[in-house]
Amino acid sequence: MSKLALKVTEIEALSPLVKRFRFEDPAGAPLPVFSGGAHITVEMPDGDTIRRNSYSLISDPHDGSGYEIAVRREDRGRGGSRYMHTRVNEGDAITVSSPANLFQLDLRARKHVLIAGGIGITPFLSQLRQLGIAQKPYELHYAARSRDEAAGLRLLPDAAHIHVHISDEGARMDLGAILDGQPLGTHVYTCGPEGLISAVADQAARLGWPKTAVHSEAFTAPPPGEPFEVVVKSSGRTVQVKADQSLLEALEAAQVEIDYSCRGGACGRCRTHVIACDGRILHNDHWLSEAERAEQKTIMPCMSRFKGARLELDL
Amino acid sequence: MPNTKFSPSIDSRPTYAGLVSQGAAPGIMVADAAGADALVDLASADSSVMDRAHVLLVGAAADTVSRIEALHPKALHGAPDLEAATPLVKRLLSAARMGTTLYLAGSEGLMGHVAALATAEGLPLEAIQMEHRGTVARRMQCVHCKGITEDVTTDPFTCSHCGLTLFVRDHFSRRLGAFQGVCVDAETPGVVPDAQEIRA
Repeated sequence: MSKLALKVTEIEALSPLVKRFRFEDPAGAPLPVFSGGAHITVEMPDGDTIRRNSYSLISDPHDGSGYEIAVRREDRGRGGSRYMHTRVNEGDAITVSSPANLFQLDLRARKHVLIAGGIGITPFLSQLRQLGIAQKPYELHYAARSRDEAAGLRLLPDAAHIHVHISDEGARMDLGAILDGQPLGTHVYTCGPEGLISAVADQAARLGWPKTAVHSEAFTAPPPGEPFEVVVKSSGRTVQVKADQSLLEALEAAQVEIDYSCRGGACGRCRTHVIACDGRILHNDHWLSEAERAEQKTIMPCMSRFKGARLELDL
Repeated sequence: MPNTKFSPSIDSRPTYAGLVSQGAAPGIMVADAAGADALVDLASADSSVMDRAHVLLVGAAADTVSRIEALHPKALHGAPDLEAATPLVKRLLSAARMGTTLYLAGSEGLMGHVAALATAEGLPLEAIQMEHRGTVARRMQCVHCKGITEDVTTDPFTCSHCGLTLFVRDHFSRRLGAFQGVCVDAETPGVVPDAQEIRA
């Protein structure tokens, strides 16, 4: 995975819980441009471990002068977002991955309907710049609990096809009204809580939308959990996974060679074969099918955990 | 004559699963004379499929038109050939809403062309139902001059635009809705294999 050594040039509070960060090349060199919906993985060295979280890029995809992300502080998470909020300052050096995109627009669509819940607004901020430049028809629906929490408000243009639904003000999002009657060839994209993603998928299915016109991204950081241990086949070593560490992070800290990309259970890159499993894999990814989960023969180490006596991985 | 079974080939070669009724949901149906039989079979399995269906018959004779009329589709349109049908197809697609099913039946040329128009409008291929009936003639694109030759029945054949002798490949372009024809004697000019009839 190619990496970029950048500098933090701006930090701005967008809401009490969300900060915007801007990264630039220290010498001002242009960065690779990207496509709407792309993310970068940010490295956060913390003692003897390097935490890596992926964040959607919110800046103009065609602008290589810098990358911007928005980070919501999750106090119940493993500490990645807290690190960004409390330890990162303007002027710091920061290492990020090159942009990758797991939530790209289907550019064959005649119209794009973008539905965001809360911090799920982030991938759409770059997408709507791309759609604007390409002059593609779209509408954006942004739902948040309160205006105070709606960090995206300050980054959204004031336009007729951008709709904000604040539930505290009684303006709840009506998915039926949004999806019904859209022209043939419309694609819908949802980013936000699982409940919103499944509600949009259910509503689209009821209205006869083809599955391939329904896209979503549930970008979640790996959940913390109880500590456990795994055995690595090649060396026979046992690796301890701490409560606030993902299996992938623990393997990396133990210098076990393993490929990754999104670190959010969405891309399939870190898929690992299970040799022995005496217990239960806690699958937290969006990659494996129900049947694959039940088999317990594969695991996505970036998100999933284990509870039981013994788990041996083909690494 | 049921849905044609084609011999197994490369993945690029389309196969057609046959039409299955989505009930009284809105529908756009495009068929040629042979494909009209598939619409008759579809409606005999579930007559409600015609309740909200716009049917467009391409190059169909009067008796075919009256057989479809008897199924009472919501609207019945006609066009003498694919070229004349194209603006009508585009108009039907642009007026349609999500949840509309596209049913195509007949030759590969008709289905490929209409499916390409629909995917260019953003409709996923998986949302298009197709059933092959009638001729196995192919709609071919010359990969050299990009001209389209309709109703190709032999391999090799002569490009109707640039005159090259083209080998009929199973490689299909979903964007163009056409099979690809490649110069058969580029390496050995003038050495052309005997023409064979294209089979399923």
